[in-house]
Amino acid sequence: MQTKLSPIELSKLQKIAHEMRISILKMVYNAQSGHLGGNLSAVELLLTLYKKVLKHDKNWKKSKDFQNRDRFILSKGHASAALYCVLAEEGYFDKKELMTFRKFGSKLQGHPSSRFLDGIEVSTGSLGQGLSIACGIALGLKLDNIDSFVYAYLGDGEIQEGQIYEAMMNAGHNRLDNLIAIIDRNGYQIDGHTECVKCVDPIDKKFQSFGWQTLSVDGHNIERILEVYEKAKEIAIQNKKPVAIIANTVKGKGVSFMENTAAWHGKAPNKEQYEAALKELEEQN
Amino acid sequence: MGMTIGEKLSVRKTYGETLAELGETRSDIVAVDADLSCSTMTCCFGKKFGDRFFNAGIAEQDAICTAAGLALCGKTAFVSTFAIFATGRAYDQIRNTVAYSNLNVKIVATHAGVTVGEDGASHQMLEDVGLMRGIPNMVILVPSDSVETKAMVKFAADYQGPVYIRLSRTSLVNIHNEDDYKFEFGKAQILEEGKDVTLITNGETVIEALNARKILLEKGIDAEVINLHTVKPLDTQTIINSAKKTKNVITIENHSIYNGIGSAVCEALSENCPTKVTRLGIKDVFGQSGEQRELMHYYRLTADELAEDIEKILK
Repeated sequence: MQTKLSPIELSKLQKIAHEMRISILKMVYNAQSGHLGGNLSAVELLLTLYKKVLKHDKNWKKSKDFQNRDRFILSKGHASAALYCVLAEEGYFDKKELMTFRKFGSKLQGHPSSRFLDGIEVSTGSLGQGLSIACGIALGLKLDNIDSFVYAYLGDGEIQEGQIYEAMMNAGHNRLDNLIAIIDRNGYQIDGHTECVKCVDPIDKKFQSFGWQTLSVDGHNIERILEVYEKAKEIAIQNKKPVAIIANTVKGKGVSFMENTAAWHGKAPNKEQYEAALKELEEQN
Repeated sequence: MGMTIGEKLSVRKTYGETLAELGETRSDIVAVDADLSCSTMTCCFGKKFGDRFFNAGIAEQDAICTAAGLALCGKTAFVSTFAIFATGRAYDQIRNTVAYSNLNVKIVATHAGVTVGEDGASHQMLEDVGLMRGIPNMVILVPSDSVETKAMVKFAADYQGPVYIRLSRTSLVNIHNEDDYKFEFGKAQILEEGKDVTLITNGETVIEALNARKILLEKGIDAEVINLHTVKPLDTQTIINSAKKTKNVITIENHSIYNGIGSAVCEALSENCPTKVTRLGIKDVFGQSGEQRELMHYYRLTADELAEDIEKILK
C-alpha cells in the first residue's frame, strides 16, 4: 500500500472530498431526510479508505478476485449518503443516481441494503451489530486462509450499544488481527453531546482493556488518515491483535452552522438553510 | 438400519450428531454457540471440528451476528442457544442482520416451550414461533421426533437462506421410521385421517395428539391429525382441505396461543375457508418451575387432558 501521497494526489482527493460534501448536502436536501452531521464527519475517512486502502472492485460479485476483497461494514448505517458518494466515485453506479437517495424505488435506501445495491456487504441500520458481523467475517477469512482485512465503521454514540462490547470481547479473545474498527468520534448523538447523554470516554482504554490496540487520528486530514490506516494494518499483524482507530472528527464538518451540534444529526435543511450551506461549501473550494 | 418408531431419543443429541456428521463432508458448515454447547449439543460438532466451532460466550447477539459474518464468507452457519435467548434477546440481530440480508444462517434453538421444566418461566420460551413468523425470508421448522430433526437439519444445510429450527429439551418418542421417511419441506403431514375434527400440531405435542386421537376414537370421535412441521412457509392448502372435510379445527402447541401455529391456522382459514378453530396451548400466561411431565399436565398438553378438552369442544 502506498502511504505517501503526492501533492497532486492529495489535492485531487481533497477536491473529491469537497465535492462529496456538496453531494451529501444536495442528497439530504433533495430527500428532505437523512443525517447530515454524521455523514459530513465521515467523508475523508471513507474516501481515503476506498481510494487508497481497501482492496475492492466495482464489478463486485463478477470480479475474479471477489473472495479476496477486503470487507467494509458501515455499522453506523446512517452515514449511507457518504458511503454512496464514495461508491459512485468508485464506479459502482452512476453518480446521477445519487439524487434518488431515500426515494421510492432507489438502490440508495435510507440505510445501506445489500438487497438493493452491489458494494454493500450486509444491510445495516440498527446500531451495534456491525462489529460482531465484522468479527464473523474476520473468523471466516482466517478459516479460509484469506489474508484480507475487515473494516468496521462505527459511530461514537453507537458504542453505547451493549453488543459492541460483546464484539470487542470476541475480537480480543480471538486475536482478530485482520479486523480494524474505525470510530467516528464526532462527539454528538441525536440527543446531544455523547458525554452528556451517556459518556463513552475513554474510548481507547475501553478497547485496550478488551485486548485491542488503539490509534487516533485527525479524521479530516487525508494524509494522516492514510498513515493511520497503514499503521493499523502493520500493528495488527505484528502484534496479532485487532486495532481500533479513534478518528477525531467534526460533526457537520464544512458547514459552520451544522458543525458541532446535535441539532443537525437527522434533520434536512429548508431552502434557506440549504442555500446558505451550499454557498459556504462552494466558497471553500 | 436407521432410527425406528417407538425409540425415545433426545432431539438435541440428534441435532448435534447430525451436524457433526454433516461436517465430515461439508467443509462449509460452521457452528456458533453461546456457552450452551453441551445443552444445545453443538459440542458434538465442536469436538470434531474445533476450528469450525466458535463459542461466543454468554453473548447471544454477538453469536447471531458472528454467524452472519461467517455466512458472508460463504459458510453455512449454524447457531444455537436456548430459544428464549436466540429469538428473544437477539431478535433484532435475526431480523435486521440475518433475515434482511437473507444470509445463510441456521438458527437451531433448543429448550423451546414450557417443558424446559425446573428452570421456570424465565427460560420457557413460548413466543418464539410468533417472533420468527413475522420476519420475511424466514423458514420455520418444528420437528416432532429425532427422525424429523435429522432430516430438517440436513434440509437446512442444503437450503440457501435463514432457517429457524425449534427443538424441545424433552426426549421424544419417534413417530417415524428413518428408513421410510422423507421430509417434505412446506408440506404438512397428515399422520392420521379422520372425519370429525382436525387436530393440527407440531413438535413435542404431535405424539400427544396421536395418543389423544386413540382415546377419542373409543368415544366415537374420529380425529384427523396433521403434523405442521413447517410453520413457514405454511401449507395452507392441506389445512383448508382438512377443514372442509371436518368443519372443526383444533390447534395444539407448546407455545403461546398467540402468534403460534394456532394463529397461523386461523389466518389461513379465515381468509380462505372460515371454520371454527380452537387454539390449545399456553393461554397468555408465563410458565413456572416443575417437572416436564407435570407441566405438560398442568397446561393440559398431554393426551389425557387434550382428549378431555377436545371432547368438550366438540359437544
